[in-house]
Amino acid sequence: MTQVPEPQPTDSSATPTRSADAVVVRGVDKTFDTRSGQVQALTAIGLTVSAGEFVSLIGPSGCGKSTLMRLIADLDQPTAGSVTVFGKTASRARLDQDYGIAFQQAGLLPWRTVAANVGLPLELHGATSRDRNARIEELLDMVGLSDFADRYPDQLSGGMQQRVAIARSLAEKPDLLLMDEPFGALDEMTRERMQTELLRICAETGAAVVFVTHSIPEAVYLSDRVVVMSPRPGRIQQIVPMALTRDPEHAEALREDRAFFDGVTAVREALHTGSPVPTGARGVENR
Amino acid sequence: MVLTLPGKSRSAARTETTLRIIAPIAVGILVLVGWQFLVSVIGVSDYLLPSPAAIVEEFIEFFPSMVSATLITGWNALLGLIIGSILGILLAAIAAGWRPIDHMSAPVVASLAVIPIVALAPVLNSMFGADSQFGRQAIAGLASFVPVFINTLRGFRQTLPVHRDLMKVYAASSAQIVRTVTLPTAVPFVFTGIRIASSLAVISALVAEYFGGPRGGLGGLISTSAASSAYARAWAYVVASIVLGLVFFLATLALERLATRGRRRS
Ligand SMILES: Nc1ncnc2c1ncn2[C@@H]1O[C@H](COP(=O)(O)OP(=O)(O)O)[C@@H](O)[C@H]1O
Ligand SMILES: [Mg+2]
Repeated sequence: MTQVPEPQPTDSSATPTRSADAVVVRGVDKTFDTRSGQVQALTAIGLTVSAGEFVSLIGPSGCGKSTLMRLIADLDQPTAGSVTVFGKTASRARLDQDYGIAFQQAGLLPWRTVAANVGLPLELHGATSRDRNARIEELLDMVGLSDFADRYPDQLSGGMQQRVAIARSLAEKPDLLLMDEPFGALDEMTRERMQTELLRICAETGAAVVFVTHSIPEAVYLSDRVVVMSPRPGRIQQIVPMALTRDPEHAEALREDRAFFDGVTAVREALHTGSPVPTGARGVENR
Repeated sequence: MVLTLPGKSRSAARTETTLRIIAPIAVGILVLVGWQFLVSVIGVSDYLLPSPAAIVEEFIEFFPSMVSATLITGWNALLGLIIGSILGILLAAIAAGWRPIDHMSAPVVASLAVIPIVALAPVLNSMFGADSQFGRQAIAGLASFVPVFINTLRGFRQTLPVHRDLMKVYAASSAQIVRTVTLPTAVPFVFTGIRIASSLAVISALVAEYFGGPRGGLGGLISTSAASSAYARAWAYVVASIVLGLVFFLATLALERLATRGRRRS
């Protein structure tokens, strides 16, 4: 077999990751070359996400939310500007496994059981099978799928598959979570439960989150700051800080809080000043 | 979709499987009854169409020879299938990993696919001598190679972008990528190729026997029996060939199912 071309993850405990900002994006442009010409996906993006901060990206389809997330994940390279993750280049951070990611599609391996899918990153990075099994059990319990450990992805509903993908993204307790509309396929009940669960996980682990969503209430409920983007070319319209006081004990009560509705109004107004976006901004899942 | 009542869907599936087995058997029996009727009541002459009963009689009378002929042809086909499949998989793996090989092999494989490979039989027979089975095995191997190569190569190209992204995120080595994503994605395609190849291997091993070389295989005995006007016996050997072809097909189908278990497409 061929030998390892990519450097293996270094011992991240040696590097004081928490001292730096989680993500710093400076002057980033991204242009795609396509057959029908160039597509300007992002222009002049500047954004800093502090360690432990929850930031949502919201905006109409095609405004470059997924593209920005892929740049942070080092799955694409910016045409101009720089992306820094915990003070390192995006590429170094990826090799060091500094982030966990959940894509818009669950992206499970259909030939592996649910448990083997969740354990995939641990397996690739050489965790012992005892550690792995303990962690898998913990994670499946967290997303409420303990009874489905031995099922195959094809036997699960779309929402359950997405929960498996979320469990997988949390497997290595990353300090940064990148999530692209992870709850888009879930029903409203599960969605709210997962949101509260995600907040609890973040409070526990102190992870920073970059969270892409179509839903204004979701963005407001979850975020410290909401980044409102607008399309053609994709740019940051406005960054709306949320003034919600978070108390993990009464997370659900927040949904009826005055500050919550003020936040929703603020984000909606920001979205509408960008382009004449119709009412479609409300939780529409156009993927 | 998947989460319907398990009892209900299982019983529905069982009815479907039963139907799938019963329907062809019913059709087969009808055909046999009609055939026997044509021969014994309407009186179609024996050399045009021997009756099923006569064929069965010959089959039983020459049973030891049926078995040995099936074993000879079956062994040629099996050897060809195995070697052709291994070569097909290896070459497809190389072509998938290395563009120039892909471009070089494409015209070769295309011409292999269009040339009737049994046409090589007389050539190979005179090359390797009249008492060698090698020519037939080589022909079965060539015939198997093509579908296995084409399907495997296609399988290696099916890796989903989201899986590729995931492997990049995990900083997986190329060996890990091949093991965790590329190979498992390709496996169903490989086995589909082998299933297609299995029938071709039997057919070409059998037909190759018509072009000289040692007797004793099914093809050779079919032509000898027909040449000596033993039509019912010729048909009995044809029945043995059908059985052999079915065994190959069912075995490779079972292999394919086994390789893709847990991946039911709903
Ligand atoms: N790989 C690609 N090649 C060409 N164009 C792309 C590619 N990825 C994204 N784009 C384009 O970039 C723009 C932003 O896309 P995306 O980031 O997916 O938007 P969003 O996630 O906000 O819906 C779209 O116009 C899209 O067509
Ligand atoms: Mg998107």
